[in-house]
Amino acid sequence: MTASAVDDRRGLRVEDLRVAFEGKAVLKGIDLAVEPGEVLVLLGPSGCGKSTLLRAVAGLEQLTTGRVWWDDDDLTDLPTHLRQVGLVFQDHVLFGHRDVAGNVGFALRVAGASAPSVTHRVAEALEMVGLAGFEGRRVDTLSGGESQRVALARSLAAAPRAILLDEPLGSLDRVLRERLTDELGALLRRLDLAAVHVTHDHDEAFALADRIAVLGDGRIDRIGVPDEVWADPGSVHAARCLGHENLLALDVRGCCALGQLGAGSGTVLLRADRLFLGGATEGTAAVVVSTTRRSGRPVVTVAVGDVEVRVPVEEAMPGLVMGDEVGLVVAEDAVIPLTD
Amino acid sequence: MDTDRPAVTSLPRRLAAVGVVVVPAGFLAVFFVYPVVTIIVEGLGSDGLRRLGELPGRASFRSVAWFTLWQAVVSTVLTILVALPGAHLLARRRFRGKALLRAATTVPFVLPTVVVGGAFLAVFERLGLDDGPMRLTRTVGAILLAHVFFNVAVVLRTVGTFWGDLDPRSGEQARVLGATPWQAFRWVTLPALRPAVAAAASIIFLFCFTSFGVVLVLGGPARATLETEVWRHAVSRGDLASATAVALVQLAAVVATVVATNRLQRRRTVTQRPVRRTSLPRAGIGLLAGNLCLLAVVLGLPVFVLLERSLRRSGAGGGWTVDHYAALADRVSLLPTSALGALGNSLLFAAVAAGLATIVGGLASLVVVHGRRCFARTLDLGMMLPLGASAVTLGFGMLLALDEPPLDLRSSRWLVPVAHALVGIPFVMRTVVPTLRSVDQRLREAAATLGASPARVRREVDGPLAMRALAVGAAFSVAVSLGEFGATSFLPRNPDRLTAPLALFRLLGVPGDALRGQAMALAVVLMALTAVAVLVIEGGRNRGGVKGDW
Amino acid sequence: MPAKGDPILCRRNANTLATLIVGFLLAGCAGANDATSVPLSSGGLGATEESVPPIGPVTLITHDSFWVSEGTLAAFTEATGIEVVHQTAGDTGQMVASAILTAGDPLGDVMFGVDNTFLQRALDAELFEVYKSPSLNGVPEELQLDPQYRVTPVDFGDVCVNYWIESFDDELPAPTTLDDLVDPAYIGMLAVQNPETSSPGLAFLLATIAEYGDSWENYWAELRANDVVVTAGWEDAYYGEFVAGGGTRPIVVSYASSPPAEVLYADPPVEEPPTGVVTDTCFRQVEFAGILAGTKKRLAAELLVDFLLSKTFQEDIPLNMFVFPALASANLPQTFVDFVELADDPHVLDPAIIEANRNAWTDRWTQIVLR
Repeated sequence: MTASAVDDRRGLRVEDLRVAFEGKAVLKGIDLAVEPGEVLVLLGPSGCGKSTLLRAVAGLEQLTTGRVWWDDDDLTDLPTHLRQVGLVFQDHVLFGHRDVAGNVGFALRVAGASAPSVTHRVAEALEMVGLAGFEGRRVDTLSGGESQRVALARSLAAAPRAILLDEPLGSLDRVLRERLTDELGALLRRLDLAAVHVTHDHDEAFALADRIAVLGDGRIDRIGVPDEVWADPGSVHAARCLGHENLLALDVRGCCALGQLGAGSGTVLLRADRLFLGGATEGTAAVVVSTTRRSGRPVVTVAVGDVEVRVPVEEAMPGLVMGDEVGLVVAEDAVIPLTD
Repeated sequence: MDTDRPAVTSLPRRLAAVGVVVVPAGFLAVFFVYPVVTIIVEGLGSDGLRRLGELPGRASFRSVAWFTLWQAVVSTVLTILVALPGAHLLARRRFRGKALLRAATTVPFVLPTVVVGGAFLAVFERLGLDDGPMRLTRTVGAILLAHVFFNVAVVLRTVGTFWGDLDPRSGEQARVLGATPWQAFRWVTLPALRPAVAAAASIIFLFCFTSFGVVLVLGGPARATLETEVWRHAVSRGDLASATAVALVQLAAVVATVVATNRLQRRRTVTQRPVRRTSLPRAGIGLLAGNLCLLAVVLGLPVFVLLERSLRRSGAGGGWTVDHYAALADRVSLLPTSALGALGNSLLFAAVAAGLATIVGGLASLVVVHGRRCFARTLDLGMMLPLGASAVTLGFGMLLALDEPPLDLRSSRWLVPVAHALVGIPFVMRTVVPTLRSVDQRLREAAATLGASPARVRREVDGPLAMRALAVGAAFSVAVSLGEFGATSFLPRNPDRLTAPLALFRLLGVPGDALRGQAMALAVVLMALTAVAVLVIEGGRNRGGVKGDW
Repeated sequence: MPAKGDPILCRRNANTLATLIVGFLLAGCAGANDATSVPLSSGGLGATEESVPPIGPVTLITHDSFWVSEGTLAAFTEATGIEVVHQTAGDTGQMVASAILTAGDPLGDVMFGVDNTFLQRALDAELFEVYKSPSLNGVPEELQLDPQYRVTPVDFGDVCVNYWIESFDDELPAPTTLDDLVDPAYIGMLAVQNPETSSPGLAFLLATIAEYGDSWENYWAELRANDVVVTAGWEDAYYGEFVAGGGTRPIVVSYASSPPAEVLYADPPVEEPPTGVVTDTCFRQVEFAGILAGTKKRLAAELLVDFLLSKTFQEDIPLNMFVFPALASANLPQTFVDFVELADDPHVLDPAIIEANRNAWTDRWTQIVLR
C-alpha cells in the first residue's frame, strides 16, 4: 500500500477505517487525510466501497474499527449531525415536501437561525451555485443539473468544515457534467473546504483533484497527486480506474509481442504519452486497427502481433486508415510495471 | 394517469378491466351500502327523523358525542406516539427475532374485549393502580390504554411497512446537514411518512370511535359512546328509531373523518424507488430495550396475565398446570365441538375472510390509485366505512336486506366471513394504497416503453411492489376474523360452527375455575395461532420476491 | 322447461298436502304420547313413503347461551324424521331485536330463549303464533305467563345474590336479605351488573322493585352509599370483581345455579361449592319458546316445541344451561339436588309491567347509581 499522509494533523483524517456488512468486510482498513482547501478524489469502480467510505466518514455507518478526526478532535463517536461534514448524494435526495428554499435553508433552520438570516444565506448559497432566484421553485420541477446544484447549495449553506460528494455529477450528461465539474472545483477551492469527491470517471477526477486516491476491494490502492498517480498507478486495478488502456500481460520471460518489457510474468502499463507512431521503418512494425477520437484528440489503435495498443497522435498525422503499416515507438520510460 | 391512454384492448382484457372496478364496488354495494341503507330507511321510517332532530338538544347526547370524539382522538394520538418508535425499529433496524416481534404485536387484535378487560383489571390490581390517586380501574385512562393495546399493531404494521420502503437517505441527508435525530425525524421523515400515518390514524380513529366492549368493560358503567348508545337503544330498549338516529350521527362523523384523512393521505406522497437495500444497521441496545420495555408494558403485561392464568390452578395456592391446555383437545362438556375444532372453524373463516379482503381490497386499491378520480375517491371512502359503521346497523341491516334470492344470505354461514372481510378490507387498502401511490411513476413508464400493456404494468410493477403491503393487509384480515371483530354477533350462526372467540365466551359464561382456566388457555392458543398465521403469511411474501427485483 | 306453470303448481300442492298429512300423523302421535317416544316406523307410512319427500329441516333460533348435550336434538330427528337446524342469534336482547326486525319473514321456525323480561316486547311485536302444546299439562301454572299460549315456558332460573362462603364467619355472617346489603357492615362488598347491558343486572333491579315497590329508588341510593360496584356484564362482575375470579368483592349478583357449576367445574375438584345463594334476593326468570309467525313449517315447529317440553330435552337442560326444567316431572341431576337452593317465594313481576316501565326504571336507576 502506498504511504498516506497521516502525519499531517490538519483537516479531516481517517485511520484504519473498517466497515463490514453482515460479516462481510467492505472497507478493510482505510487511511486518508484531506486538508482544508484540498480536493481529494476517490476513484474506483462501482461497489468498491467508495460510498460506504463517505457514509462512514459522515457517521452514517457503524465502524468495525477505525477513527475519524478533524484536526485534533476525534469525530468517531460523534453523531452525524454534530460532525459538520456535508454529504451530497448522487441522486440529490432533495426533500420532496419542501421547496428549493426549504431545502437549502434546512440546515440553518435546524441550527436555529433566524428567519431573515436564513433567507439571506439561502439566497447566498443559491447565488453560489448559479441558481439565484430559485427559492420558491418546487423541487420536482427542477432539471437534473438544477437539482444537483440545489443539493450542493443545501450542503454548502450548512457551512460544513468538510464536504463529501458522492458521484454528485454522475447522473448528468457529459457536457453539463464537465461544466459543473469546473464550477465545482472552483467553488470548493474558493470556500477553503476539505472535500472528498467520489467518482468513477477519471476525467472528472483529474479535472477536480488535488490528490487522487484509487480505491479497490475495500483498500486504497494508490494515493497521490494526479500526475504522479497517473504516471505510476502501481496496480492493474488503479491503472484501469485512472483510464489507462495499454495494459500488457507478459509471459514468464517478461516478454510479449513488443519484446522484452519486464523481468518475468506480470502486467506492465505502456503510458500513452510515451508512445509514438512513426513510419513503417521506425520502432516495432505495427498495423493500424482503428482510429477514433478521445476528448477530441485523435487516438490510433495499432496491433503488434496479438497485442493491441492505443496511441494518441498529433492532429497533423496523415489520414491513417485501417490496415496501414506504421512503426510503434515505445519510449524507454513508457513501460511501468504493475502489481496484480 | 397511465390508464387514460387509449389502448387497443381485446374483449377479455376489457372485461378484466371492468372487473377490477365492479368486484369491489359490487361487494361494497351488496354487503354494506344496501344493508345499511335498508336499516336506516326502516329505522327512520316511523319516528327516526324526529328523534334525529331532538338529539342535538339533549345534553346527555351531546356529552356522549363529545366523549366519543375526544377519547377517540386521544386514543389515536397516544397509539401513534407509543408505536412510532417501534415502527422505526421494525423498519430501520436489524435484530434477532424481528419477524416474531412483528407477528406478536398483532396478537392483541384477536383477543375478545372481555378477556382483555379482565387482564387489564388484573394488571391494574397488581400494579396498585386499582385504587388511590393513580387509579386506572374504571377510568378513561383504562379505555385509552386498552385502545393503545389493541391498535399498536396498526401503526407498527402500516407505518412500519411504508417506512421500510422510504429512501433512508433523506433522513441521513438531514443528519448530515446538522439535524439531530429528532429534527431529522420531525422535519424530514415524518412528513414523508404522513400518508401512512394518516392511514393508520384513520383506522385507529374509526376503531376507537366505534369502541364498544372496551368502553363497557373498562370504562365503568357510566361511560357511553355513540356505539354503546346505538346498542342500548336498539337492543336493550328495542327502540330502533332512536338507535338509527344515533347511528346516523355516528355514520356522519365517520364519513367526515374518512374524507378528511383520505385527503391527508393523498397529499403529496413521496416517491419511493426500490432502494438498494444495503443491510440495515443493527439495532442499538438502548433503542431495542426502550422499545421492548414500552411494548412489554402496553402489550406484554395483559398478555402475560392471560398466560399465567392459563397455566395456574386458581384458588388458594394454586400450582402450575398444563391441564387447561390438555383439556382443549377434549370435548369440553359445554361446547358442541372441541376447542380445537373451534379453532379450526376460526381458521377456516379467517382464511375465507382474508381471501375475500385481499382480493376485493387489492382491486379496490388499484381503482383508488389508478382509476378515474371521482370513482376512486368514492370507493376509497366507501371501503373505509364498514370499519366505522355501528355493528348494530350493519348486523341488523344484513338481516333485513339480505333476505331474498339471489341475496338470501342472512342465514348462510358464509355471511360471517363476508362481514369479517368488510372490516378487513380497510386494512388491506390502508397498507396497499400508500405503497402503490408512492411507486415511482418512472418504473411504470419504463415498463410501458418495454412493451408492457397497462394491465401488464400493474402485474409486473405495481404487483410485486404491493405484495408486501398486501401481505400485511391479509395478516390483519386474518387477525380481524380470528378475533370476530365487527357486526357478526348479530348474524345467525350455527353453533356446530362455533369459532374460538365464541367458545371462549361460552366457557366464561358459566362459573367454575376449570372452565375459566380453559378459556384462558384457549385465549393463549388463539393468540399463538394468530402469531403463527401472521408469520406464515408474511413469510410467504419474503419468498415471493419483492422490492428491488426491478 | 315446462310450457306452463300449472302442472308444477299442482305438484307442489300435492306435496304440501302430503306433508300436511304426515305432519298431522306425527302431531297426533306426539300429542298422544310423550314427544320423544314417538314410534315412527316407516312401515306405518308405507303407502305414502315413496311419494312423500321428507319434511325439510326445522330451524330453531336461540340466544347464544342455548346448549344441549350431543345427540339431544338428534333424538328429535330420530323420532320425527325432521332435522333441526340450530342457529344462535346473539344474546337474548339481540335475538329479540333481530326477530322483531324480521317479523313476518322470520329467520327460523321456532325461537327459544325469550324470557319474562323481554316477553311483552316480543308479544307486542306479534312475533309468535298461538300454539298450546299438549305437554303444557306437566308445567306448573305459575310459569305459564301468557294465557294466550303464544309462548311456551321451557325452563326457569333464579337470579340471586351469591356470596363467597369463606369471606363470612360468625362475626360477620353472610347476608340473608336484600336489606342486609345496605347494612354498613357489608360496605364495599357487592358487585352488580348494569341493568341496561346485562340480563342478571336487570333481574336484580326488578327483584328490588318487586320487593320495595316505589321506594326502590331509596334502596339503590343506599346501595350506592354502601359502595356497590357496577359492571357492564356478568363476566366482569363474577370474574373481575367477585372473589371467585380473583377479585375482592365477596358478594355478587349471579344465579341460583352458580354454586353447582362451581362444583362441577372446580379445579381442583371440591366436595362443596365455595359459594352460597341469598334466596331472599332471587328474581325468577322464565324462558319461553314460541313458533315464529310466518313459519312455513308450522307442524314441524309444533313438534319441536313439544320436544322442548319432552323429558329427554327437559332433563338435559340443567347441566347445559344451568337453569331448571319447566316440566315438573323432569328429574334433576344430583349436583342440582345437592347444591341448589331454590327460593320458595322468588320475586316476580308481570311481563307487561316490566315492559311498560323498563326504560323509565333503568333511566332512574342510571341517575341514582351512576350519575
